[in-house]
Amino acid sequence: MRSLINVEKFAVKKADTLKVKTNTNKSLIDGQKNVGLGGVGRSKKHDSADKHVAGEAIYVDDRPSLRGELHAAVGQSAYAHANIISMDLSAVKAATGVISVITVEDVPGHTDIGPVFPGDPVLAIGKVEFIGQPLFAVAATSFDLARRAVKLAKIDYEELEAVLTVKDALAKQNFVRPPFTMKRGDSDAAINSAAHQLSGEIKVGGQEHFYLEGQVSTAEPTEDGGMNIFTSSQHPSEVQKLVAEVLAIPLNKVLVDMRRMGGGFGGKETQAAQWACIAALLANETKRPVKFKLARMDDMIMTGKRHPFENNYTVGFDAQGQIKGINIEVNGNCGYSPDLSDAIVDRAMFHSDNAYYLDQATITGNRCKLNTVSHTAYRGFGGPQGMMTIEMIMDDIARHLGKDPLEIRKINLYGKDDRNVTHYHQTVEHNNLSEIIESLETSSDYQARRQAITEFNANSTILKKGLSLTPVKFGISFTVQHLNQAGALVHIYTDGTIHLSHGGTEMGQGLNIKVAQIVAEEFQVDVDTIAISSARTDKVPNSSPTAASSGTDLNGKAAQAAAKTIKQRLIDFACEKYQVEAGQVHFENSNVIVGEQSFSFAEFSQLAYMGRVSLSSTGFYKTPKIHFDRATGKGRPFFYYATGAAVSEVIIDTLTGEYKTLRTDILQDVGHSINPAIDIGQIEGAFIQGMGWLTTEELVWNEQGRLLSNNPATYKIPAINDTPADFRVALVPDAPNREHTIYNSKAVGEPPLMLAISVWAALKDAISSINDYKTSPALDTPATPERVLFAVEAAKASQAQAAAAAK
Amino acid sequence: MVENTIKFLLNNKLVNIENLDPNTTVLQYLREEQFKSGTKEGCASGDCGACTVVLAELDTENSGQLKYKSINSCITFVGNLHGKQLITVEDLKDGAKLHHAQQTLVDNHGSQCGFCTPGFVMSSFALHKHNKTPNRAEVLAALAGNLCRCTGYRSIIAAAMTSSEAVAEDSFAQHYQETVAALSELEKLPTPALTGNGHNFIAPKNIDELATALTNEPNSTLVAGGTDLALAVTQNLAIIDKLVYLGNVAELTTIKETDSEIIIGAALPYSDFIDTLHHYYPELGEMIERIGAKQVRNTGTLGGNIGNASPIGDMPPALIALGATMTLHVNGQERTILVEDYFVDYKKTVLKTAEFIKSIQIPKPTAGQSLKIYKISKRIDDDISAVLAAFFIEQTPTENGKKITKVRLAFGGMAAIPKRAPAAEAVLLGKSLSKELVAQAKAALASDFQPMSDVRASDKYRMTVAQNLIEKCYLELKSANARAVIATRVVNYA
Repeated sequence: MRSLINVEKFAVKKADTLKVKTNTNKSLIDGQKNVGLGGVGRSKKHDSADKHVAGEAIYVDDRPSLRGELHAAVGQSAYAHANIISMDLSAVKAATGVISVITVEDVPGHTDIGPVFPGDPVLAIGKVEFIGQPLFAVAATSFDLARRAVKLAKIDYEELEAVLTVKDALAKQNFVRPPFTMKRGDSDAAINSAAHQLSGEIKVGGQEHFYLEGQVSTAEPTEDGGMNIFTSSQHPSEVQKLVAEVLAIPLNKVLVDMRRMGGGFGGKETQAAQWACIAALLANETKRPVKFKLARMDDMIMTGKRHPFENNYTVGFDAQGQIKGINIEVNGNCGYSPDLSDAIVDRAMFHSDNAYYLDQATITGNRCKLNTVSHTAYRGFGGPQGMMTIEMIMDDIARHLGKDPLEIRKINLYGKDDRNVTHYHQTVEHNNLSEIIESLETSSDYQARRQAITEFNANSTILKKGLSLTPVKFGISFTVQHLNQAGALVHIYTDGTIHLSHGGTEMGQGLNIKVAQIVAEEFQVDVDTIAISSARTDKVPNSSPTAASSGTDLNGKAAQAAAKTIKQRLIDFACEKYQVEAGQVHFENSNVIVGEQSFSFAEFSQLAYMGRVSLSSTGFYKTPKIHFDRATGKGRPFFYYATGAAVSEVIIDTLTGEYKTLRTDILQDVGHSINPAIDIGQIEGAFIQGMGWLTTEELVWNEQGRLLSNNPATYKIPAINDTPADFRVALVPDAPNREHTIYNSKAVGEPPLMLAISVWAALKDAISSINDYKTSPALDTPATPERVLFAVEAAKASQAQAAAAAK
Repeated sequence: MVENTIKFLLNNKLVNIENLDPNTTVLQYLREEQFKSGTKEGCASGDCGACTVVLAELDTENSGQLKYKSINSCITFVGNLHGKQLITVEDLKDGAKLHHAQQTLVDNHGSQCGFCTPGFVMSSFALHKHNKTPNRAEVLAALAGNLCRCTGYRSIIAAAMTSSEAVAEDSFAQHYQETVAALSELEKLPTPALTGNGHNFIAPKNIDELATALTNEPNSTLVAGGTDLALAVTQNLAIIDKLVYLGNVAELTTIKETDSEIIIGAALPYSDFIDTLHHYYPELGEMIERIGAKQVRNTGTLGGNIGNASPIGDMPPALIALGATMTLHVNGQERTILVEDYFVDYKKTVLKTAEFIKSIQIPKPTAGQSLKIYKISKRIDDDISAVLAAFFIEQTPTENGKKITKVRLAFGGMAAIPKRAPAAEAVLLGKSLSKELVAQAKAALASDFQPMSDVRASDKYRMTVAQNLIEKCYLELKSANARAVIATRVVNYA
């Protein structure tokens, strides 16, 4: 078996000579200037880049307003858990500009819009389960008047006991879905017979998506009792289905159009639907178009976040630090309803190993029901929260044995031919993590910097530095099998231009340009001749959400299949018309070569049209090989794994807890990159987003269950100064995916988010220096300056204790 | 004379606004009245920068020159536009050609979802109009008020650091003299006002007009930058009946120096006095660079930061530590008080009806004095402090070493008002700084404050960090005299 990466080769030579694509070399900028044919593998600019910078890209709220358009707002619950005794909406109805007020009583069809399991009422049904839950909806003549009107409602509640902590939910067995365990071997016995045992716990905070464009939908009634919806959603087909269901009309009467989102990150996978449904209900009621845009604070209060988790572990390991047995319990705070929590907690369980062989393992996941907003998909989908436990364990083992955490991480990596089966019984194939780590260790100068930092810390009284290298192995596929399918629709017009539709949605990740590059590659035409517009449910039906990093894998393959179908028709046509063999027909340089003759692609398209060849085709793809049996906890849920590693260096202030990330080096395997610039942009963005999750982004609820961090003045996502001054990102060179993905590329959307765990581990490393790396500091996340300072104080106390004991 | 019209240049076009509710923000005006949707609403609270536009205004220091300032259009009222040129993202392209600030973002793959992008373009545009070759620090300072959730910023920094000789010939440069001429004409117009929906706005041109306006309408609300006030409208849906804009009042928008003082007009934006303060008090200058972000400092004022009497404003503790004074004016009568004496209780001050803050006087430093300032927040950029500590210490040499002859330890975020720490000060006064003395001062601080827990920090963290900052101050003062200066601040680390 050929090694995936020739480590020696690219570790010793300079990156440039080996054509490593990095974020610092100029090739990415120059690449786009080569007007490309086909274009797979080139750093084409985002198809909307020129429009983004000119303010010409149209988002839902930018669409010209429709005649008679109304604006929606909803009244919000003031209690975390209460029965609604009465709602007096007379003042709301009488308010200036109000045209219509509806409650759940006015919903003609389904009142529950739960995406997988029931539990999400479109408007409250008799009771409320979190503060901010929509009670009733208003349509008014302006955004401002709608927002003012909803404040006039008089609601009587009968307050019920609210569950507001994971601990309380566990004690009461208050779950949105039943617990689930994945198990291999006898972990208890293995832990007990191991040379060393440790246990610990960690609280991992949630995360607000903070897409810059808030939730928004416009509903426009159509002539046949249907509805056209313009929405900012990662899942247009689900919006279509739910709108049809609440209106009690068939799906074919609802058209959903999704041009682009101003960011999604999972927050618009299921939770964009409610606003579309409410807009549609009001539009149906008033027979006028209705726009529903959430003000930022309402968005932060009424939409779910990344699940906070509270995890704990017991581990047994040998003298070298290799794990022999482990029990991990992950407890997800799901909020009030199931939403996607079953699959999210599953993914936390699947990724409780991260990159490491757990040997005898028992992983239990609880789906705790709390009276907060229902937490939802967020880039990584539970995976990050699962990985945090095992990365903490790596550090804990290292400090216990007095070794460098990197040594412990390496010794526990999955093997290539043995020690390569996960706790859910999937074999880890084509594992290149040891090579990635070795390469990064060299290119980042890890060992020399480790020494330099130790010296720095010995001489610096107030500031301390920390360093950490952490890997990521992330499973690619929806763990719900049926979602792993996609459709596309390709048209060629008589001037040779191409129109491309696919089931995926553009939220900034560059999906459209990547899929266009794939189609361009098939016909060997300039990617600029391919137009991509909205994802529309009447073009490509029954689409899956654009999620799970799968957008390009699925839709790229579907679009390629559509293109191949048309291409074959063109070849057949050429063979028949010009009496040549198929092997004599080539697509090259925007031309179609037929034997000795050459036609421009436009000419040949016209010829084919005249020859009555269909120049339109659908394409379809479903991911092979995957299966998982939840009853036994065994299977192959993932088509393949995306891998990468990061080294981060931080500096902390031991008097204030303030810190800064000074340098980060990343090496990520994206397979054969379809667009290196887009991929590097995804890696950088995911890393910084992950860093925000683990550092400054703190969700705070008060004792009544009210979200206090409900605006950007109190919830701090990374700003420009937080990006490390020295930020080096490289793609593993010459590493095509060994599975047959589209052009052997690998998914990139989510995996690099978890590389930010290196920042958290580096903070702990810096704190650990205070007592000479003798203890592994407990550091819940987000590791705000406050948490860092208290961890510093704990380390100082333990150092003082040790010093006293020594005397 | 008052004319009921707001006149300004929308790029190159002279626009009159009449009969529009003065509670309307510039962002709402652009999107709903002008149907220009390039400028985005990300938060409507001045925190994300997606709505950034640029105002060009006549430079009062350099006649015939324009100043280009990035501002948050979501928290700027339309009346503030009078006499200025408003430039939005739609105005940057020259025909089909992207502006430098746009093209560099494209070339560096600096947009992903694109929603924050117009704001970054405008901040970068404003930067490059005054600085063709910005370094990394200058880029970060200019763009810290623009949030991006997609890119991780590396590509945006690279774009903004690209030098921009071409900006000297952009369409704004080509029309420069016309713009200066048009704005000069607007300057000559009578006092502007705006009435709409039964709500009024007036922008007095001098202190007499202002005093008269307030005496006639004592219930008026003063607005300068509006960076705090506008939140009441956009977030709490408040309606302000009568707005009086201070930004055009000549006497309130100047900065003067005497031998002993710096006198700053209450309505002068931060960006117009930051350099002077940085010159005399470097740590104060550095701290001001972390107040809000560029867009906020371009409109926010010292009078506003003091006037709204927030317990977490960053300037009051610094001014208290410096022993600064403020001059209050009511209908021709003036009084000067210590900034320290201005604050009575949570959001309560000594300001009387129809009285306004005219200026703030900051003493210049003399020998032996040190000002140490520490801003503690979750995020370095554009964040409200959990604790702001400002320490003014004067040490005088005596036979037995240096003695502390003056000390003012002022804190924000520790109480309902910005406040000094009398017990800790008492420990230090008249003594020589030492490790033991600092330990006593730290202990004494516990009796000075009972901080609260909120979304930004716990009471315990606030107290611990406040105590530790006294220790840090001591270590820094000691280190300043030592041969090897020790690094003590992560914010300065790059």
